[in-house]
Amino acid sequence: MCFNFKLLSVRNIFLFIRKFSNFLFFLVLQIISLYFLFTYNKFHEAAFMDVAGEFTGRISQKFNNVQYYFQLKSTNDSLLKQNAHLLNLLRQDYEAADTAAKFFTDTLRVDSLLTIQRFKYYDAKIAGNFTSTQNNYFTIHRGTNQGLPKSKDWGVISPNGIAGRVVSVGDNFSVVMSVLHKQFKVNSMLKKGGETGPVSWEGEGSQYLTLVNIPKSAKVAKGDSVVTSNVSDIYPPGIMVGTIAEIIDDKSSNFFILKLKPATNFSSLQFVYVLEDLQRDERQKLEDPIKKGK
Amino acid sequence: MSTLVKNIIRFALFILIQVFVLHQVPVLHKFITPYLYFLYVIWLPFGMGRSLLMLVSFVFGLTLDYFLKTPGLHAAACVLVAYVRPFLINLLIRQEGDEQNYASPSIVSMGWAPYFMMVFILTLLHHGYLVFLEWMQFGTFLYFLGKVLATTGVSMLLILITELLFFRKEKFRTNTV
Repeated sequence: MCFNFKLLSVRNIFLFIRKFSNFLFFLVLQIISLYFLFTYNKFHEAAFMDVAGEFTGRISQKFNNVQYYFQLKSTNDSLLKQNAHLLNLLRQDYEAADTAAKFFTDTLRVDSLLTIQRFKYYDAKIAGNFTSTQNNYFTIHRGTNQGLPKSKDWGVISPNGIAGRVVSVGDNFSVVMSVLHKQFKVNSMLKKGGETGPVSWEGEGSQYLTLVNIPKSAKVAKGDSVVTSNVSDIYPPGIMVGTIAEIIDDKSSNFFILKLKPATNFSSLQFVYVLEDLQRDERQKLEDPIKKGK
Repeated sequence: MSTLVKNIIRFALFILIQVFVLHQVPVLHKFITPYLYFLYVIWLPFGMGRSLLMLVSFVFGLTLDYFLKTPGLHAAACVLVAYVRPFLINLLIRQEGDEQNYASPSIVSMGWAPYFMMVFILTLLHHGYLVFLEWMQFGTFLYFLGKVLATTGVSMLLILITELLFFRKEKFRTNTV
């Protein structure tokens, strides 16, 4: 009797599965896709993403070869501007007219600088760039085969300012989370006053970034520059983030909400630099036990 | 050309157009993202089993996702469209048995009004689900509503243009040979 009952219930389950097979299959596929989506949003890892990244990167690059021609002019302009900016920093360009000016010798020899170098720059060509979604990523044509270290979270800057951070490194291509991504945050400061606050993107078009936590005592004006702060963990200090476009006086708090126009124009971006932080391991070794302790 | 080859070519074309044409359009407004790719799922033949339909849509959506680095987002919405499509076809088809007489859903096989009714409902469902998944992470309710409606409008326009430009002549096939 008992055996019979068991058999019947097993049969019922099979009947149920057969009757609702389509619906169950629908649920299974939904669960798989949502699982993919939520794990990717958290850890930026998904099944087959490495293989798919190489494949889509190659196709995107073919497309970019065409697109690149139409943006040669603006690309050239921004690289030229960056060159001029860097040339202005060269030491031999400074010459004091007055001999009474205080002389000082740089005690660091050029070779010895390498031991204290913090950021190493890798240039990279953009392979694919999409700026109309809510979570923007772009693909760059440089991976472990071209010397980029496998560890992620390197900062990425464009000739005009910050551009994003690396989220996954493949063999020949890497994926970069753009500044226009709602999980992106960078610690920034006003170039004039030095007040710091986090900059993020609120997902509303590619026009504006938002800077908060700037006290109302700070002097802000439209057009002021905002740069990365001294405590930013992936960028060197002083890299352009954007310029203030709108100042919102938040009545309920003591802080301004500042809308920034991003320094980088993402729709015509062609070249970026990836910054490898050579001192990160040491820093992390110190910081990790403290962070975990909390 | 056999149906299989035709659909494989369409698969690639829809993905490439979505990724390299529509997703390259500069943002007009925060509400508008032009979507056309899911028309592939609507165009799949009547004769496909429902599980196969969902499987193909899943792979199709996931392919787009790997290009746009949003694994699972479009796949989930595509599977929903594929799941609901047969119900709507059963409701909206003019004559019983037209599923056998024609190859796939189109203006010719279903008629203007029912076909666009089906497309409209599926578009609304697709965008509703897609924006909902996005909205769970951020945004206000007004953003959700505005984006669904605006994106649906743009998609309907794109689909109408596509249907008129690439008019698919469906042959009437009788099964009484």
